[in-house]
Amino acid sequence: MIGFRTLFYKEVLRFWKVATQTLTAPIVTAMLYLLIFGHVLEDRVQVYPGVSYTAFLVPGLVMMSVLQNAFANSSSSLIQSKITGNLVFVLLPPLSHWELFCAYVLAAMVRGIAVGAGVFVITAWFAHLAFVAPLWIVLFALLGAGILATMGLIAGIWAEKFDQLAAFQNFLIMPATFLSGVFYSIHSLPPFWQAVSHANPFFYMIDGFRYGFFGQSDVAPGLSFAIVAAFFAVLAGIAVVMLRSGYKLRH
Amino acid sequence: MAAIQIDQVTKRYGTLQALGGVTFSIEEGEFFGLLGPNGAGKTTLISILAGLNRADSGSVSIMGHDVVRDYRQARRLLGVVPQELVFDPFFTVRETLRMQSGYFGLANNDAWIDEVMHNLDLTNKADANMRSLSGGMKRRVLVAQALVHKPPVIVLDEPTAGVDVELRQTLWKFVSRLNREGHTVVLTTHYLEEAQALCNRIAMLRGGKVVALDSTAALIHRISGSQLEVRLASGTLPASLVPLLSHQAEPGANKYSLRIHEYTDVEPILASLRQAGAVIEDMQLHQADLEDVFIEIMEGGK
Repeated sequence: MIGFRTLFYKEVLRFWKVATQTLTAPIVTAMLYLLIFGHVLEDRVQVYPGVSYTAFLVPGLVMMSVLQNAFANSSSSLIQSKITGNLVFVLLPPLSHWELFCAYVLAAMVRGIAVGAGVFVITAWFAHLAFVAPLWIVLFALLGAGILATMGLIAGIWAEKFDQLAAFQNFLIMPATFLSGVFYSIHSLPPFWQAVSHANPFFYMIDGFRYGFFGQSDVAPGLSFAIVAAFFAVLAGIAVVMLRSGYKLRH
Repeated sequence: MAAIQIDQVTKRYGTLQALGGVTFSIEEGEFFGLLGPNGAGKTTLISILAGLNRADSGSVSIMGHDVVRDYRQARRLLGVVPQELVFDPFFTVRETLRMQSGYFGLANNDAWIDEVMHNLDLTNKADANMRSLSGGMKRRVLVAQALVHKPPVIVLDEPTAGVDVELRQTLWKFVSRLNREGHTVVLTTHYLEEAQALCNRIAMLRGGKVVALDSTAALIHRISGSQLEVRLASGTLPASLVPLLSHQAEPGANKYSLRIHEYTDVEPILASLRQAGAVIEDMQLHQADLEDVFIEIMEGGK
């Protein structure tokens, strides 16, 4: 337990010490998205009746920030430790695969949620938001952060160089997030792309999260929750098996 | 119970057989040297002890705890100083050592951390960031990290590679003290005089196999005896002395190394040289050391 706590603390301290880059920068980026897309689209797009486009955008941006930063934290911590070689400090002690998993994932969730909360506090000034079902908001934020933290862990274990991690991020995480309905409702898409969006687990995270604010969504929140929870369980299983087997960590 | 028991360990990387059935054990309280040229398999073996690598077959246990099946207990009992100079640039020395203690399940370890830092002359760098330290200082921190949990078995993988005299002395003083207090120490090094001075027993590895395993004294005694080095101003070595020529002879310089077993062997050699009309320009008696043994063993199998 002390081992887990220490690794968790170390992982949080790691991003806290470079907070400009890990917390402030993503918050500013999300604000820019809101200002630009909000400005351009505010008067042209209405996704849900009675909900302004800027208001629609806020939860999507918050969730996108949660997801991207949770992924960035675990993946970059692992790849940096692997490449600089200081991962041995974690591999030599008697830390179990569960301790490793929980510490990396929880610390990454903390960063994701912290950035998401920051984005929320700042962007909420620009829009009138409702909080129809706050429990769903919290639940989807936590699950989304957990999923991306776990994906970051898997990517960090798998990647052998920054290049491979960047590929994972740019060709998998970024498209999946951007195409999940952060900036639009998938109902505005042609039927084929709607169907494709339904195969994207990220879509359910953002859709369920947004439901918590507006009480309106593309898919029923219970169904989204079931899909997202199952996705998390599968990913967590994969990550734990990888850690237990020492895949790419213990040769 | 052996501090380290290594049993039929093999490890292959692709086509390279890094370890080909290594078996030996290290008893509690030993100061044990693991020697061999680069690529002999020393670091691979240490990585397997430490759980950083997995053996293809065979088993390793630390104080009776298998490093795979019972890895948590085995790792608690083992402290490893890795060969690479690695550090975490985010933290200070004290933070690094506190965290390493935590990973080993120790929450309030400051008294021992202070003692380790004191013994390694790190105290005035305690709050310096790891990035700002010199290579030698980083090496000290690596040693301190391996010792935070007071492991009964300490493995140092080339701890003095590229390190100044001062640190070498500080390090050996501290490690020798730990050894006297009962810690088992395993050392790999390329400085053979260091191994000779510190280790009571030595294993030599070549090509992933143990080629020598004995007490340091027995190894030195067994192989070489002493060398009489003579340089001749004129004349040549008489045929009767040719069988005594050791592998180190440099005949080009009219300089010869002759193997002798006892000092009384010197006089007959000089007599033979005189009879052959050779004139000695320079002569030295060279006590055999671990380096001679090492070279002889490493070249012997080629």
